[in-house]
Amino acid sequence: MKKINYPFKREEIRDLRVGDMVLISGKMYTGRDAVHKRLHEGTKPPIDLNEQIIYHCGPVVLKDKKGKYEVKAAGPTTSIREEPYQWEVMRDYGIVGVIGKGGMGPKTLEGCQKYGCVYFHAIGGAAQVLAEKIKSVDNVYWEDLGSPEAIWELTVEDFPVVVTMDSHGGSLHAKVQESSENIFKENL
Amino acid sequence: MAKKKKATKKKVAKKKVTKKKVAKTTKKKATKKKATKKKATKKKDGLFDSLLELIRQTSTVLPDDIQKVVLEALHREEKNTTAEYAMNIIKANIELAEKKSQPICQDTGTILFYVNHPEGFKQNEFTKVVHKAVKKATALGYLRQNSVDSLTGKNECMNVGPGHPDIHFHEHKKKHIEVKLMLKGGGCENVGAQYKLPDVGLDAGRDLDGVRKVILDAVVKAQGKGCGPGVLGVAIGGDRGAGYVKSKEMLLRKLDDTNSHPDLKKLEENIVETSNKFGIGPMGFGGKTTLLGCKVGVLNRLPASFFVSISYMCWAYRRQGITLGNNNIIKKWLY
Ligand code: SF4
Repeated sequence: MKKINYPFKREEIRDLRVGDMVLISGKMYTGRDAVHKRLHEGTKPPIDLNEQIIYHCGPVVLKDKKGKYEVKAAGPTTSIREEPYQWEVMRDYGIVGVIGKGGMGPKTLEGCQKYGCVYFHAIGGAAQVLAEKIKSVDNVYWEDLGSPEAIWELTVEDFPVVVTMDSHGGSLHAKVQESSENIFKENL
Repeated sequence: MAKKKKATKKKVAKKKVTKKKVAKTTKKKATKKKATKKKATKKKDGLFDSLLELIRQTSTVLPDDIQKVVLEALHREEKNTTAEYAMNIIKANIELAEKKSQPICQDTGTILFYVNHPEGFKQNEFTKVVHKAVKKATALGYLRQNSVDSLTGKNECMNVGPGHPDIHFHEHKKKHIEVKLMLKGGGCENVGAQYKLPDVGLDAGRDLDGVRKVILDAVVKAQGKGCGPGVLGVAIGGDRGAGYVKSKEMLLRKLDDTNSHPDLKKLEENIVETSNKFGIGPMGFGGKTTLLGCKVGVLNRLPASFFVSISYMCWAYRRQGITLGNNNIIKKWLY
């Protein structure tokens, strides 16, 4: 088990390899379809994303009586929808990590290699476990996109993920796909 | 563990009954005797509470047959692998959701009701109560607001709109009403597939071996994207619509049942065994468990068509069922 703590450093991200089980502690920003689309259309992000992590997640956030935000559920959403845009966010804003589920394609993999970023796979469906790892909701940006689509600034502790795409061209998804297809062919 | 769970369920049901009794007594005090009596008999119907409790249980507690195979899968994986890591988190999530009585997965899915009822049953009235219960369950957070107007993209209907929830009625010969509920998430629904035999690319003919090949193809195409390890519901035959409906009905079967048709039994076992050789594993991380089960059913078909329809269910396999007793109070849990 590896641990990475905020502030994240690009060199330590370069050390991560496909198959590493990692616990992330510190800051992350949610961002899904609408955020990526807006960035792609040229709007600058409201925060400095350099050496930050983006989480593909549309959390269920409620305000308690004192007006404090509380995360009720926060599982990953399918990442492949951001495939057209993700590499640009790496190039233009310097993110070092993307968290999601289902993996991403060759454009993202190339971006990871070129700009020094990794893809962390969270456990799909584990909404309750992951929500427990979120210790606070520190801010929200671009709320006009609607709550699930907004950028939520979260502080997490020991958030469990697996590196499935690294910054050296390794992709667990490509590997598993290839080997499973081969075994399938043998069984036809 | 199973027994404990059932006991809790009963307790909840009982609590509700007590609540109602209290309500009744207060009313009696407030109004004239005759009028209250009428109201009391009318009010006695427990359908709304029963359906709400069914939704809560389905969304927050995985049934025993499914928990059992999830645990088996966890033990099968090698220690200190990403597969074991994933299965451990899944196990912890199942326990936490039950403890907190909150949705196992935030995608509370398509809401599918299967209602078996006796002759003379009023479907429209029942549907109205289902809608009320679904809206209440959404307000209480057992269900996420998950139903979007396909043209405007608006999500405001509290899960009640065209096609939502999806209610299937069947008349049966028994005297009681049986309600089953399945919550099927979008990620796994997206990896479902329908094949038309023969399939030249896969060299799959119009026979059971051809059926086997296309099912395996669907497993490989799904990889981990449907939040595996998953369970397949498969229908051989039917038209395109009926095939998919039947494939979902197959997911109502208990995971430990045996197919009464010997060839289909063999096919089910073969699919699970072969898929688990693929090494796709939990979440597609690689590992020993790719499928937790496979259930195959058959419909007649036209001579000209041969469809195989496959529904993929994620590990968050949420389905439950109840039979209703007097005053539509929950009499028995079915899974
Ligand atoms: S596929 Fe299932 S476990 Fe995965 S996110 Fe959807 S509902 Fe949840």
